[in-house]
Amino acid sequence: MIPVLLILIPLVTGLVSFFQKESATAKNWALLSAVITLAITVAGLFFLPASQLSYDAAWLPDLGSRFSLTMDGMGKMLSLLTALSFPLIFAATYRNNYANPGSFYGLMLLSQAGLLGVFLAADALVFYFFWELALVPVYFLCSIWGGSKRIAVTFKFFIYTFIGSLLMLAGILYLYFQSADHSFAIKSFSHIALAGKQENFIFWLFFIAFAIKMPVFPFHTWQPDAYEQSPTATTMVMSGIMVKMGIFAVVRWLIPVFPHASAQYGNLIIILSVTGMLYASLIAIRQDDIKRLIAYSSIAHIGLMCAALFTLNKTGWEGVMIQMFNHGVNVIGLWIVADVIEQKLGTRKFSELGGLAQKAPVMAILLVVMALANIALPLTNAFIGEFLMFNGLFRYNMWIAAVAGISVILAAVYTLNMVQKVLYGNTVSATENATDISGNVQLMLVVITLVVIALGVYPQPMIDLTKDTIQAVLVK
Amino acid sequence: MSKLVYLIPLFPLLGFLVNGLGRKSLSKSMIAIIGSGAILASFVVSVLVFFSVKANGGEVVTLFDFINVESFRIPFAFQVDQLSSIFLLIITGIGFLIHLYSSAYMHEEESRHYGRYFAYLNLFVFSMLLLVLGANYVIMFIGWEGVGLCSYLLIGFWFKNTNYNYAAKKAFVMNRIGDLGFLLAVFWMLYKLDTATYGDVFAATSKLSSFDITAITMLLFVGAMGKSAQIPLYTWLPDAMAGPTPVSALIHAATMVTAGIYMIARSNILYTMAPATQTLVAVIGLATAIFAATIALRQNDIKKVLAYSTVSQLGYMFLGLGVGAYTGAVFHVMTHAFFKALLFLGAGSVIHAMHHEQDIRKMGALKKYMPVTHITFLLACLAIAGIPPFSGFFSKDEILTAAFSKNPLYYFVGVAGALMTAFYMFRLYTLTFLGQFRGTQEQEHHLHESPWQMTFPLIVLAVLSVAGGWIGIPEVFAENAHSLEHFLAPVFAESAKLAGQHHLAASQEYMMMGGTTIAIILIILFAVNSYKKYQLSEEETTGVSKLLENKWYVDELYDAVIVNPLQALAGFFKNIIEKSGIDGLVNGVGKLVGYGSRQLRLLQSGQVGNYILVMVLGMVVFILIWFNDAAIMQLLNKIF
Repeated sequence: MIPVLLILIPLVTGLVSFFQKESATAKNWALLSAVITLAITVAGLFFLPASQLSYDAAWLPDLGSRFSLTMDGMGKMLSLLTALSFPLIFAATYRNNYANPGSFYGLMLLSQAGLLGVFLAADALVFYFFWELALVPVYFLCSIWGGSKRIAVTFKFFIYTFIGSLLMLAGILYLYFQSADHSFAIKSFSHIALAGKQENFIFWLFFIAFAIKMPVFPFHTWQPDAYEQSPTATTMVMSGIMVKMGIFAVVRWLIPVFPHASAQYGNLIIILSVTGMLYASLIAIRQDDIKRLIAYSSIAHIGLMCAALFTLNKTGWEGVMIQMFNHGVNVIGLWIVADVIEQKLGTRKFSELGGLAQKAPVMAILLVVMALANIALPLTNAFIGEFLMFNGLFRYNMWIAAVAGISVILAAVYTLNMVQKVLYGNTVSATENATDISGNVQLMLVVITLVVIALGVYPQPMIDLTKDTIQAVLVK
Repeated sequence: MSKLVYLIPLFPLLGFLVNGLGRKSLSKSMIAIIGSGAILASFVVSVLVFFSVKANGGEVVTLFDFINVESFRIPFAFQVDQLSSIFLLIITGIGFLIHLYSSAYMHEEESRHYGRYFAYLNLFVFSMLLLVLGANYVIMFIGWEGVGLCSYLLIGFWFKNTNYNYAAKKAFVMNRIGDLGFLLAVFWMLYKLDTATYGDVFAATSKLSSFDITAITMLLFVGAMGKSAQIPLYTWLPDAMAGPTPVSALIHAATMVTAGIYMIARSNILYTMAPATQTLVAVIGLATAIFAATIALRQNDIKKVLAYSTVSQLGYMFLGLGVGAYTGAVFHVMTHAFFKALLFLGAGSVIHAMHHEQDIRKMGALKKYMPVTHITFLLACLAIAGIPPFSGFFSKDEILTAAFSKNPLYYFVGVAGALMTAFYMFRLYTLTFLGQFRGTQEQEHHLHESPWQMTFPLIVLAVLSVAGGWIGIPEVFAENAHSLEHFLAPVFAESAKLAGQHHLAASQEYMMMGGTTIAIILIILFAVNSYKKYQLSEEETTGVSKLLENKWYVDELYDAVIVNPLQALAGFFKNIIEKSGIDGLVNGVGKLVGYGSRQLRLLQSGQVGNYILVMVLGMVVFILIWFNDAAIMQLLNKIF
């Protein structure tokens, strides 16, 4: 029952939210919904029997599609990420006011329902439905509440990701026709044995859809613009959780169904990913906008995850799994700081910032912790993931690992650039009268900091959580 | 007793947390007591651990599983043995003196910055302790990057100053370059052996090819180049002078730069099995020793002279490691910690008295105003110059003697470096303490000896700088007098077995010692004589002096060859490839589709749903044509 509840709560509360006019009620309603979802996730993960973690009911019997949900290790981890992120996001952006708040929060909650559906779906048609349910609200959120260039940017974002979705849909339909029992179930899909040529072709239909979502170089150009122009709360959802849809989908739908093509094209994809890591890292060095810097830094981090995935190596995968969670939490932390700076000071440009460490020491400390997590310093959570992913990459090919390793150095360069330009030096006109963070924002950043350190010092429970998924997919 | 070893890093960690979180509410004296007290407590435990190791030997203390995955397991465990217990004493002992000294040196800071300072200092010691105590390369790496972080925080401690921030960032990034080498070595080990625990790795060397061992040791050495400031990654250390002076003492003596030496000494078996790497270590060490010494000859900032001197002395330690004199290297780490901490703290005392003046050309005659600082500084200079019976003599002699047995050329180049050391140290000493005062009248009026919190550490360190070498008296003077060697023997036993022992004839050893000592004394007299009548002049330096003053223009070279091209490449990617290349292509496809649909729109109804339907159908048709797949055809026949 748990998976159904996890989807139903944000879906229903989201629909109800559209009828709310008052900003405060809409905010509280959304926050309440998100906290309940979190509570149910935690209960499902830690306190309820495993029998509660899957669900199966007739949905579209004529088509052979069932409404079937399952919560394996990876599903648990990403549900936890989604359920934890939304309260963080709502609380940390609580002071931001939106025109038409009921619709804003309604769309956010619908997107949450879509995300949870994607992570829980065990049927391709259900998966596709939620995939779109997650995407469409975000499109509206960007185009209605976004920045000045929002229309052009969101249009591109939508077309780009939608083309990906269509390719995937075509692939799903093809697989459906190929399946022995004409079903959309993941089990049936993974039993399909395609001929080499077909497998290779359909593999790319799916991969491009997922690659756009992650995004992997060179399919990434929609992303910095979209992150920059969206309202920050939406950006947090996109970069913290939505990019994980792509990685998740590769593990759940791509590699089990196309094992040969995955191995065959793995090398090419790894090289693309590593190229993207260095490329995005270098571009990040030259950014003058905190949001764009985080965007490119995120492309670099995702590149490593994608590369580690296609090594098809257990150690690498253990890293990817834990990093999906950690990257989500950490990048939301960075966005919270970016949002605070933009809201308080009216600028995101490094050239117009400086000296905030004097004015906002608490924010300074917390930003430094986020920055250290961004460069994967040991004893932060990101170190564990990166260490394992690089290990996997090294086992795959040590030269590729060594080249990818250069991004570790570049990450220090651009992240410390950001820290220096925002926090250090003398105050400038924009930061002269800045005040420190307090209340919700401070609390949420402290929560994230605690997660960063706790999972950095004692990561074992997180590592153990996804063992079953890795076993099921890789050992097959 | 060894079981309580976790207390040693725990105290500084608690000190960091208490001072970090309470920096606004605690009084300055409270902050100083907590910060220094934490290190003192660690020192006391370290002493107990040392005696326990001396009596009962070492052991590994495991706390919990840090990372336990399918292919390997990395426990959070501590290596308590002879080597680590020596380092524990150095780190916590000298660390404590530096903390005590800081309590007076930093008294001008506001309370919250005072608290921040002590919190960072404690964190620094914590990281270093973790580095030394870790029982595997991953735990070592936590400390390894941790000290990098702390140096970053402390070099940029006065964060309003933009130059200091650049220096801090440079330190971190250069360290990171080395760290990547270290990490790759760890990956290599884990790949081949599925373990990174010292004991297991050293026991499994038979499973490694000689290529593996050479690669691993070379990569680890890249890490050491960064952390211990060797060519080509040394340029961050002199810039690190931006931090408060006691921090320099901490970085140069008790923590951080000795990490590379410790790591190689810890991995001695691997290095002994990789002669190619050993040669590289020796050559890089020697080159750094001599190169940094030339720069130190012509620096005018009191701290810069000391900084290049550290780079140079670290070079000697690597020379020692490279020729297999592991005990000698560790010995030199120890004596160097004594006299370099003393030199930096003495320099701090001078800077404190001179109101933040650091240019030795504007000092002079401080001897009569600051007697304690003067005497202790002089003793440190004699120790670093290698005059018997001061501590530096014994450790440097041990390294040079071992170098001679390996290759006489190493020895002669090493001695040339030692002569330069004597020259620049006594140039520094003479310009600072002798001659006449060349600062402003106001400065002269305010000259004073420092308070006891600052002079007490100087006196303790002076005693150690004088007598600290006596635990390593060479065999040629007395049988079994080298107690350090006997203590460390278990750690280096395997290497000693592999490498065998070379002993020089006693007469030759005496001659080398005597000759070098006489040469050094002559150089000292020459330096004192040249600079005691020094007068300020406005003349521009030229020729070789200018080259040295500008540090051989290495920073400029790195900028021109690495930094600027990389920045240009990044700009090219950002402005050209990303905007016009990839995104241009994407937009181009979009425009093409837009153009196509404008032509076709007369045929269309304008309903988005129809477009999508057509697209999907088109794809299905496309697939059908592509594969001509009979199965689908049949199905479609049934459906329609």
